[in-house]
Amino acid sequence: MRLEPKPAPSLAATLLYPAGAILATLVLAALLVLAAGADPLSVLALVAKGAAGSQFALLETLTRATPLIFTGLAVAVAFRARLWNIGAEAQLYAGAIITVVLGTGVLPLPSWLLIPVIMIVAVIAGGLLLLGPAILKTRFGVDEVVTTLLLNFVVVLFVSMLLEGVLKDPMGLGWPQSQKVIADAQLPRIVQGKRLHYGFVLALAAAVGVWIVMKRTALGFEMRAVGHNPEAARFAGIQVNRVLMKTALMSGGLAALAGFSEVAGLKGNLTLDLSPGYGYSGIVVAMLAMLNPLGVVLAAIFVAGIFVGADAMSRSAGVPSYIANVMVATALLTMVVAILLSRYRLRWR
Amino acid sequence: MEALDILFTATFWAAAIRIASPLIFATMGELICERAGVLNLGIEGIMTAGAFAGWFTVYSGGDLWTGVLVAALAGAMFGLLHATLTVPLGLSQHVVGIGVTLLATSLTYFTYRLALPEVTSPPKIEPFAPLPIPVLKDIPILGEALFSQTPLTYLAFFTVAVVAWVLYRTPLGLAVRAVGENPTAVEAQGISVTAMRMGAVMVGSALMAVGGAFLTMSAFNSFFFEMINGRGWICIALVVFGSWRPGKALIGAILFAAFDAYQVRLQQISGGLVPYQVFLMMPYLLSILALVLVARRATYPRALMIPYQKGER
Amino acid sequence: MSSVHPASQEIVLRLSGITKHFGPVTANDSISLDLRAGEVVALLGENGAGKTTLMNILFGHYVADAGTVEAFGTPLPPGDPGAALKAGIGMVHQHFTLAENMTVLENIALGTQSLWRTRFDRAAARDRILRLSRDFGLEVRPDAVVAGLTVGERQRVEILKALYREARILILDEPTAVLTPGESDALFATLKLLVREGLSIIFISHKLYEVMAVSDRVVVLRGGRVAGERRTAETSREELAALMVGEEPVLPPIVDVDFGGEALVLQGVTTSGKTSGARLERASLVLKRGEILGLAGVSGNGQAALAALLSGMEQAVAGAIQLFGETRQPWSAAQAVDLGIGRIPEDRHAVGTIGDMSITENAVLEAIRSPDFCRRGFVDWRAARDYAQEIIAEYDVKCPSPEARIRLLSGGNMQKLILGRALRPQPALILANQPTRGLDVGAVAYVHAQLIKARARGAAILLISEDLEEIMALSDRIAVISRGRISEPSKRGGKSIRELGEMMAGHGLEAA
Repeated sequence: MRLEPKPAPSLAATLLYPAGAILATLVLAALLVLAAGADPLSVLALVAKGAAGSQFALLETLTRATPLIFTGLAVAVAFRARLWNIGAEAQLYAGAIITVVLGTGVLPLPSWLLIPVIMIVAVIAGGLLLLGPAILKTRFGVDEVVTTLLLNFVVVLFVSMLLEGVLKDPMGLGWPQSQKVIADAQLPRIVQGKRLHYGFVLALAAAVGVWIVMKRTALGFEMRAVGHNPEAARFAGIQVNRVLMKTALMSGGLAALAGFSEVAGLKGNLTLDLSPGYGYSGIVVAMLAMLNPLGVVLAAIFVAGIFVGADAMSRSAGVPSYIANVMVATALLTMVVAILLSRYRLRWR
Repeated sequence: MEALDILFTATFWAAAIRIASPLIFATMGELICERAGVLNLGIEGIMTAGAFAGWFTVYSGGDLWTGVLVAALAGAMFGLLHATLTVPLGLSQHVVGIGVTLLATSLTYFTYRLALPEVTSPPKIEPFAPLPIPVLKDIPILGEALFSQTPLTYLAFFTVAVVAWVLYRTPLGLAVRAVGENPTAVEAQGISVTAMRMGAVMVGSALMAVGGAFLTMSAFNSFFFEMINGRGWICIALVVFGSWRPGKALIGAILFAAFDAYQVRLQQISGGLVPYQVFLMMPYLLSILALVLVARRATYPRALMIPYQKGER
Repeated sequence: MSSVHPASQEIVLRLSGITKHFGPVTANDSISLDLRAGEVVALLGENGAGKTTLMNILFGHYVADAGTVEAFGTPLPPGDPGAALKAGIGMVHQHFTLAENMTVLENIALGTQSLWRTRFDRAAARDRILRLSRDFGLEVRPDAVVAGLTVGERQRVEILKALYREARILILDEPTAVLTPGESDALFATLKLLVREGLSIIFISHKLYEVMAVSDRVVVLRGGRVAGERRTAETSREELAALMVGEEPVLPPIVDVDFGGEALVLQGVTTSGKTSGARLERASLVLKRGEILGLAGVSGNGQAALAALLSGMEQAVAGAIQLFGETRQPWSAAQAVDLGIGRIPEDRHAVGTIGDMSITENAVLEAIRSPDFCRRGFVDWRAARDYAQEIIAEYDVKCPSPEARIRLLSGGNMQKLILGRALRPQPALILANQPTRGLDVGAVAYVHAQLIKARARGAAILLISEDLEEIMALSDRIAVISRGRISEPSKRGGKSIRELGEMMAGHGLEAA
């Protein structure tokens, strides 16, 4: 079997294959639903309804999409430069820690100043956390996949340590949780009484910002060049290591904003279950979006919809909500195959 | 010194060997994949799937060794998925690996919830019982440490010997090593690179799954979420630390497990001054350190992570 | 070579109507070819004529779109190197197919013992290798790791691989590309021996003098087709050259110019050794303005280090460098661009271009941060596109559009873009590293014309090439690099090919 590059693929083909990937995902999900003894079509309808069938559902989906946009952007930025950031989970928690440390009253600043300050420090914290593995990669040739993965476990343990120690909420009845951030540090809700908060708007802004950087700036160009071919980039005079460092700061910073957004906009405090794997889901979001920043927004909403819909469906239909995780993982794998098929033709002997 | 004398007890080393066993299986599995040129990041998910598959087989009434076999088959299936995407299709081994981990993990959790929807605490099975080897078990210290383990542990050590023998003393092993160094050379000698790599990944994944099954069938006796807890990633570090050689990787696994066993002792000594999370962090930090120390000197398989396209122009 | 009457010879190999397309490119067009027992057939043709493709089809690396292969009268299943090996066909590849981290013995014995055996019979393999080595005069050390072998040794291992598998037909793909003339002579002697032992040989080359010296028959390929077939004893270099090239491309006349002044001076420079191949060892070089200095040498003798040094990818640990009269520390790649050094890299796919980026993006790859295209960090893509269009027009780069991915271009057009990118800023110093490797005749002529034009306006050009004929055609002065040292240059016509060949092998290289 051989792979033959196709000349520039048509727009129809570019859309056809991802659609095929989604279809394959749905088929697998249907099989699992059957195994659970339920009817696939009605389950699918429940998922769709749970994701977007009412104003409440839609808002919930967008709320759940907010951290996914941030982590999806983080992963997309890194993967573009071929920096395999699997540590978005840790970077998210780093941002959350900063938010709680600075936002529970220690800084007597008004809201319009406090929030940007927290955001900036959170971004720096997340960026530095990824900078470590990036330096290990460029200086020592250590694969960043494993180092970022291992750091996820380290940081989660660190959070646990802080929540039982320094950051422990004295009023928390002994549960490991932090104090709530003060009002001035909170991101307001977009719709009164609903959960959707201005973190969503920040996420959209971040997506646009990343798009501008990637498409219009010299740095974005260098990041893409390094991701495609580091050797050729180096020959052309691009400072490959410096570009990777900047990429790491940007990527880690974006993931940290996910943590900031969840704490300051949604939860109000830091707990151990702040992130049900947003860092890992961000990888799927980034790949589904084909590493395109604007596509990340759509992919994040799609993935969030699956999770929110599956939660709702699970309560009424009894199919384990883990089906959402299966669908998301399947979507990732079918998507990469689809991208390949849209660019290459499979030739049998 | 009080802190160090535990190192001379048999109980300590018995625990270390027990902790090392799943790592040994999984590390051998990853080693085979990487020697053939494929980085298998599905290891964490495959271990999860193996842990569940083995345990569930026994829970459903099968015997222990059938459970091990089912676990191996589950691993091989996920290995086949990984290999199909990365070898003939040449997709990114990083992305596919993460995808396989996510898929294997989520399928496992889904199946678990489906099979046991109402449980609050994980149900138990009767795990492997320790099988002391007559005569050898009476050797001072070593007897209790090495020869009073469960059958799966003996299998782990036996696996290392088999892997080493096959890799270095058989024509098949020569081909596997060559395919990770220069696939074109292998093709030019009339051996199918695709077949070699896919086979290696499937066998390696089966071993990883058995490593996971060790946790539910030998070390503990039930399956719970987040059971693997990063051991898969640690095994990847152990492969590098062992320079892709089975013997060195075995030593690395044992040393690591010994340290893991020791940190419980460190916790006791520190007497609550240092939060217990710090000790739990150490295995992961140690792995990172090991990677850094070895990275520069490592002679890795030259074709690792480079997809092979037959007849590439 | 023996000249036996063809009629009495059995046909051991027959290719009929072999056709192969790679996308829009037709690499082989209905090629038919016979090989008789005990014959040495040379497959002659320019770069890109289709020789290697044809042999890869024969050996099973590629599958032909049409046509058949018969070995010893039986058809060969396509795309199966195992079947070719079983049929007695052995191939000595142009780029050695050896696993660097494994030993000679392991490489040779790979795949020769059944994969189901539980024990690899090392002793039997060693005995057989040593016996073959002795019988055919191919000296190897079975337990040496390939990574430490010289090029000549590696080639002997490749040949032994084929003999170990009892090849009766041996294909050699450009075997002398990496050998000195002395090593080549040794190879020819080995081939004579093999023929005496009953082997039949196909020998791929683009070097006329070799083909005349070694073969019984010559098949000339041009543009994927058989341009002609001759008995070596009955033809001449001129006739073969005409068949190979078709119309002789006219080189623009090389006028005498004298700009004076030294563009580049290296004195006793030693490089750090991080580039592959030999390092520069106290090498010295003077490159004048308005001249083409040709650097001849067998690959691996320090050319890569020299090119890397001048490109900004390598450091010097000793010696002095002067650029345009000023003493300088070795520069970085980014600085090389600023200093006005035009660089044409050896490998246009791996280093010269980024395949998945557009032609426009590749055109401004080196200049993305220059004020022409970048203001306050933001890129002016319209200016970049315009610049790319200018290069496309001026350098005749055939492409669907400037936004097309550059990997869709043919080798020749890609090289023209790289040329345009390097030459457009009118650099005062040009590093041309294997600039015509793998290009078709038309593209080669174009590249040569551009280099001559640059020379005429006063640029200093360092031409590094493995193609002695190219060097002799273009250079004002010729130097030889061997084991990291550079000879005193001789003037155009001052030394013969044979003399240069000896210097390439290391004899008579004046110490700097």
